[in-house]
Amino acid sequence: MNETASSRSRILERLHGIHSQSRFADHPEITETQSPSWTTEEKISRLKSRMEAVHSEIHRCSEQEFDTVFRKVVDEKSIGSLLYAKNTQLGSRIHSLKQSNQENMPELVNYDVSIETMKKRIFSFDASITETLGGIAETGSLILWPSRDEPRLMSLIPPIHLAVLQAETIYNTFSEAIDEGKWDEKGMPTNALLISGPSKTADIEQTLVYGVHGPKQLVVFIIQSN
Amino acid sequence: MSAKANHSSHKLSEKTFLESSGSALKNPKLRSNFKRAMNGLMEKRRDIFPDASELEETRARAGGIRRKTLAHLPELLEKLEANCESNGIRVHWAETTEQANQIVLDLARSANVQLAVKGKSMVSEEMHLNAFLEKHGIEAIESDLGEYIIQVVNELPSHIIMPAIHKNLDEISDLFHEKVDPNRPCESAEEMTATARLILRQKFHDADMGISGVNFAVADTGTLCLVENEGNGRFSTTLPKIHVAVMGIEKVVESLQDLPPLLKMLTRSATGQPITTYFNMISGPRREGELDGPEEVHLVLLDHGRSKIYEDELLRETLLCIRCGACMNHCPVYTRIGGHAYNAVYPGPIGKIFTPQIEGIERVGYLANASSLCGACVEVCPVKIPITDILLRLRRNHVRKKNDRHWTDLNGGKSLMELMTWKGWKQVLSQPNLYRTQASLLSRIGNLLPAQIPVLREWARSRSLPRFSKKPLHRLVEEAGIDHE
Repeated sequence: MNETASSRSRILERLHGIHSQSRFADHPEITETQSPSWTTEEKISRLKSRMEAVHSEIHRCSEQEFDTVFRKVVDEKSIGSLLYAKNTQLGSRIHSLKQSNQENMPELVNYDVSIETMKKRIFSFDASITETLGGIAETGSLILWPSRDEPRLMSLIPPIHLAVLQAETIYNTFSEAIDEGKWDEKGMPTNALLISGPSKTADIEQTLVYGVHGPKQLVVFIIQSN
Repeated sequence: MSAKANHSSHKLSEKTFLESSGSALKNPKLRSNFKRAMNGLMEKRRDIFPDASELEETRARAGGIRRKTLAHLPELLEKLEANCESNGIRVHWAETTEQANQIVLDLARSANVQLAVKGKSMVSEEMHLNAFLEKHGIEAIESDLGEYIIQVVNELPSHIIMPAIHKNLDEISDLFHEKVDPNRPCESAEEMTATARLILRQKFHDADMGISGVNFAVADTGTLCLVENEGNGRFSTTLPKIHVAVMGIEKVVESLQDLPPLLKMLTRSATGQPITTYFNMISGPRREGELDGPEEVHLVLLDHGRSKIYEDELLRETLLCIRCGACMNHCPVYTRIGGHAYNAVYPGPIGKIFTPQIEGIERVGYLANASSLCGACVEVCPVKIPITDILLRLRRNHVRKKNDRHWTDLNGGKSLMELMTWKGWKQVLSQPNLYRTQASLLSRIGNLLPAQIPVLREWARSRSLPRFSKKPLHRLVEEAGIDHE
């Protein structure tokens, strides 16, 4: 540790040693770019088209329609086991859906133990379902702040990731999300994520392939109130 | 083409550079691989920036943020350190790559790590970290698909964003068949990707340490940001019990609000994407009650010559770089000789200015000559690094270092030979009679001059000598009936 401490002081000494005149020489003004301001409908359709362009599957539905749309997706994709977070609002809804529809629902697995215990099993589930903190229309992105209730690996390991996005939480831009979400004041979570599609690569001769390390499919339910 | 990995930089030399670029030029397969890839990347970038004035605005903004950051570099590094530490991220400082390697090794040993998985990181390439860990009995597996491919055949990345771009599908398919798994289908990119997924998921599961780079580190919040498409970066930073991030000291930014414009310029300039699949913001190890995430997060801040670069106002602009690779995608030299010919971790225009500054101008200053100064790199650079100005400065510094000190001090860095040549040239051109005599002499015997004579030798080494016309220009003009100007 001594070595890193003395490296620290030498590096900082060199950097501080530069004349401030040279460091603060005429820097150009940083121009503020005009931020777009779309209507909710515009934001939804922009996010949808951006995300679909990178192979995400988008379903728009009302709060009431969600159960039906969700079950249809589960059925179509033959999802036999679903990793979920029981303590979230979404989790309890999924849980009660299961209670009332034993047959048409996949096996539910609650992520409620630490990864050390979960590690052996977590690679075997067909899909996961998570909430989102919001969306970004400009880039077609979901914002996730994984938490104690909804751990980080839920949106990474299962081959299909289902995500629920409330339409009114879609921001115009990333910058607006940081501002209006007061990320600075709230303090950052251990891990915050922007997710803009299923995992992909173009490392082999620039051929685009989806599903390299993370989910092969990303399904987004955009819920519009009333 | 010597595409073999060069895990220690002592092999860097002008001679090997000239040889390897010469043989790269004669390798049609390599040239077509690069040409196709670079054309594709240029087209994608063009398509994502349809509005030229908006592009200029965003470049100015991104460049402004980076310049503001550099102006406050020491203060921001101190702030980053303080906020990381209060988030539970342990911060380590390394002046040299040897120190940085040692820090990673010590961390690995103290946790009894056998296997580490790595996300893509150019700084770790700079450190030659894999080879170092391997030498000390720790396996480090690259998990970015492109990096994985070149690690299997022990090569250096040929591009900072697309490490395996020098290989085409058939070559990679052969490599998968021979070295990865002969029993699985590996004809298509999809099949090979599926194989890599299977193998690497097991590695993520088994690894005790994850190593990553850092694209941006936010001083205000102590947040490490990673930009990626594959998800291997998220795996490496989430599943293993220890996460070690290595970062060049210039990668710090001040606030969260600095991220959106930089991220926008990075992904668009690099691959023409509006955004990558994942933007991963890490602000600490697993907190009380959380169920996953690493138990320890370490940040290694590497200097490796950067604080020296920082001293000079012009050279400092080298540190603005956000490593998008657009300069290489648009470079006529890089496109023709490929990334390996440089025999350096960072190829292309950014490598030509960065490598001599970190590896020593005496040893690798020749890299600054590998440019036609066309300025395409400057035009596309998302943060407007004056690459050609820096190249010229480095050339001048290199010539000064190389030539006789006495002469160079007196004559602006020129050698005696160069000085005499220019003096002679000036004499001839400023005296009409002398000029005419020389022109008529050259028109008669010029084509007999051997290419090996001094002055011509250097120039003719990689070029054919032009043919002198039988008649000088003055005579041709007279014969054409042109009277005076």
